[in-house]
Amino acid sequence: MAGLNLDLIGLQLFAGLALGAIYVLFAIGLSLIFGMLTVVNFAHGAFYMVGAYVGLYVLMLGGNFWICLVAVPLAVGLFGMLVERLLIRRLYRRGIDYPLLLTFGLSYVMVELVRIAFGKIGYPFDTPELLQGAVNIGVGYFPLYRLFVIGATAAVLLCLWLFLERTRFGLIIRAGARDSQIVRVLGVDISRIWLIVFGIGTAIAGFAGLLAAPLQGVIPEMGSTILAEAFVVTVVGGMGSIGGAVLAGLLVGIVISLSSLFVPEMAKVSIFALMAIVLIVRPQGFFGRAGLMS
Amino acid sequence: MTTRVSKSRSISRRRLLTTAGVGAAIAASPFRISPLRAEEANIKIGFPVPLTGPYGTEAQDQVRAAQLAVAQFNDAGGLGGRKAELVVRDDKLNPGEAATRTLELVEKEKVNFVVGSLSAAVQLAINNVTKERGIIFNSISQSDAINQVPDFSRFTFHEALNPHMTSGAVGRYAFPKFGKKVAFLTADYAFGHEMVRGFLEVGKAFNIENLGDFRHPIGTTDFSTLLPRIQALKPDILCISNFGRDQQIALRQATDFGIKKTTQIIVPVLSHGSRVAAGPQAFEGVIGGCSFYWGIEDKFASTKAFNDAFRKMYNGKLPTDYGALGYGGVRAVLSAVKNAGSVDTDKVIAALEALKYDYYKGPQYYRKCDHQSVQSVLIIRSKSKGLRNESDVFEVISTEEPNEAHLRTCEELSHKA
Repeated sequence: MAGLNLDLIGLQLFAGLALGAIYVLFAIGLSLIFGMLTVVNFAHGAFYMVGAYVGLYVLMLGGNFWICLVAVPLAVGLFGMLVERLLIRRLYRRGIDYPLLLTFGLSYVMVELVRIAFGKIGYPFDTPELLQGAVNIGVGYFPLYRLFVIGATAAVLLCLWLFLERTRFGLIIRAGARDSQIVRVLGVDISRIWLIVFGIGTAIAGFAGLLAAPLQGVIPEMGSTILAEAFVVTVVGGMGSIGGAVLAGLLVGIVISLSSLFVPEMAKVSIFALMAIVLIVRPQGFFGRAGLMS
Repeated sequence: MTTRVSKSRSISRRRLLTTAGVGAAIAASPFRISPLRAEEANIKIGFPVPLTGPYGTEAQDQVRAAQLAVAQFNDAGGLGGRKAELVVRDDKLNPGEAATRTLELVEKEKVNFVVGSLSAAVQLAINNVTKERGIIFNSISQSDAINQVPDFSRFTFHEALNPHMTSGAVGRYAFPKFGKKVAFLTADYAFGHEMVRGFLEVGKAFNIENLGDFRHPIGTTDFSTLLPRIQALKPDILCISNFGRDQQIALRQATDFGIKKTTQIIVPVLSHGSRVAAGPQAFEGVIGGCSFYWGIEDKFASTKAFNDAFRKMYNGKLPTDYGALGYGGVRAVLSAVKNAGSVDTDKVIAALEALKYDYYKGPQYYRKCDHQSVQSVLIIRSKSKGLRNESDVFEVISTEEPNEAHLRTCEELSHKA
């Protein structure tokens, strides 16, 4: 194959990392929400898309990208908490199907509302000036903005880890994921915990949408493709496991990237092959808990 | 006092008034049965275009421009007083939907002619319906297949450019200028394949070296897995054959990866809508072809007239490339109707074949064997500085004059001489 050398593979690996970073952010929220609330959030893609549009709106109001980095997760997280409080909370006792249907319908509503507010054809989203251009990372030129995406994802992961491992609140969340009954018996208001977890999950999804916006522009349908791929990530990593989401997200990104080097027609399909293999060998994913769905 | 019953044979005044009143009411109501002769009905032109979907902006431009053509025809008196009417339908960029809408236009609306569509697959679906029903169809978007057997029929006309002409013109401009090593990034469907084929054919004359054709599915949002590989090949020219949103994203990401530093990017069709949607940065320095740009009004009086009329009708907006095709397609059909003096299909076909016209971009005519409109191809480059107005996004750097030699020969397309 023409031009195949270590440099090219290195460059593809970096491309895969950048690709995977967005998957990681998206899948963490999904996994958190499923692990804690046992809710399959089909609207997660819509929250991702809303994050991108909120960023667009902030830019329209005269802000800059750096303000967006703070404003978007706050806004989307608040919106997520609103949704949890008003809509999803009522369906907790009814098993796994009802919240799933609700979020599924919600995704349609959110996409349509955005279409009404912002039009159907979408907008370009400019890379912030400071992050434009390509840098030489040793193996070749790589877009600076994608390096930023990798960095931002690492930062978010670090914050999340610190929050979960080092704060009391994080402890409660981890306990609640283990066994919500006992946590309730111990006098903790589990519904408040779930509210906050849903907020955090959707906030991270919105943040991922903002990061993805300069890469491909902003359209109302941007959430649906990534949702399908992100489900692969959560299944491979294990539903409910954050570590699994991180590992699987990066793995999926790298698999897509490398397979497009060797068998380009199979690149998008390769991740589903990966999912099939993992499901056969280890049905609960890398770090998932066996029997979670029953 | 006895009342005299009048048994008069004359109609009583009350009855007369009542009858007259009812008669007047019926005459004024929309339900009157009036003996309308068939020739008095409007000349209907069916116009299926993808109003919803990724090419919605281009489609709406086509509708606007087509309505201008109809308005001009009607204002000039129509066909001896008989007016034309545009019947627009949304084909949703889907061949099945387009076929259904076209059937509806033909059977229910009883259109006399059909003009339309964007995207190769969709126009072929429309053509299948119209040629079966014997209705003239003037296609206004790119396709190689529509000129050739078996898709072609004597009812099929093609106002737009085809990939062979477009890639040929861009190739003839770019290959001698920028170098011999060419890589291709192509959308994996008919449009992409036809463009690459055109480029490779033209490239033979310039001895280009084909570094590889990298295909991507339509709707790809991330090219980061293909671009490093393309960059590693160090091409002189990167030819990106895709359209709409795919083109916007590919150009943006190619810019991000710094490909423009070492490589000239050419595209077969530089769409006005995409350039406006994606912004100047992504399109900076990109060279491509197009069928029309409002800026050539300095060169052709017909362009100036078209621009002015469009501006007047649409509040100062200027027509785009695809919009102009909507105008040209409809206007050519209506002119042929006027020349033929009737809407009879055979007469209009003959009139179209004989038509020599200059409606918006300079001289054009339909070649007899495949009804392809022989016309100029503009080579344009995106502009990012010194924009005079919001539509001033391109500069025309070269024009390939209308020349049948740039089309594939009639024999190649399997037309019998």
